[in-house]
Amino acid sequence: MSLQTPLGKVLGKGSAGEGVGHWWMQRVTAIALIPLTVWFAIGLLGRSLQSYEAVRGWLGQPWVAVFTILLIITLSWHSRLGIQVVIEDYVHGKAAKNTLLLLFTFVHIAAAAAAIFAVLMLALS
Amino acid sequence: MNQRPLSPHLGVYKFTYTMSLSILHRITGIAASVGFFLFAWWLMALASGPGAYASAMRLLSTPLAKLLLVGFTFSFVYHFCNGIRHLVWDTGHGLERAQARRSGAVVIVAALLITALVVWLGCAALTAPGAP
Repeated sequence: MSLQTPLGKVLGKGSAGEGVGHWWMQRVTAIALIPLTVWFAIGLLGRSLQSYEAVRGWLGQPWVAVFTILLIITLSWHSRLGIQVVIEDYVHGKAAKNTLLLLFTFVHIAAAAAAIFAVLMLALS
Repeated sequence: MNQRPLSPHLGVYKFTYTMSLSILHRITGIAASVGFFLFAWWLMALASGPGAYASAMRLLSTPLAKLLLVGFTFSFVYHFCNGIRHLVWDTGHGLERAQARRSGAVVIVAALLITALVVWLGCAALTAPGAP
């Protein structure tokens, strides 16, 4: 006989009420970041970085822009998940913890929005 | 206070070097997060035009900034290599003590070598002539 409620069974979440979503997305984003970061590092380090034209010319190409945006989304997501764990582990007061979690969520979304907007500007102008 | 047994505190375990690798994974992850915000700032400077990009690159070329960039590079590369080690563990492989020690050593050596390579390539990319 299961002691789980029917709703609990359907949601598949454990006693912490969160399920495996965080753990799973941390792995999914980690795996996606392997090719994305290696590709970006090789591409970027092949330019002369002091030259605005060279860097802009590379980042503005359609496929480069698309994959750079994917890199930004994945990186900010993975970073947000990791920082969340650090806050949950070391900040114990409920108010302080929730404030910091909210703050870092906003900061990550803002940084990702700025970075994506920058790439779009380079690609579309 | 209740008298139920508590989960043992970290301090009760004998310290092993694989523990410091685990702690380093977290520290380098935090540093890499800071690096992500720096990356977003750099992209915004690039999008703001040649003048803003030139001042950003001037700022990044100061000795202190270069030192920080080497630190961010090592942090990212270590987190990358050790992250792959964690992904292998997630498949249930390599969890024996001897294996974990060996893979830890591989990660340290790989991280140092790749960091040196990236810093070398980065220096070349930074000093390359300005023309595209």
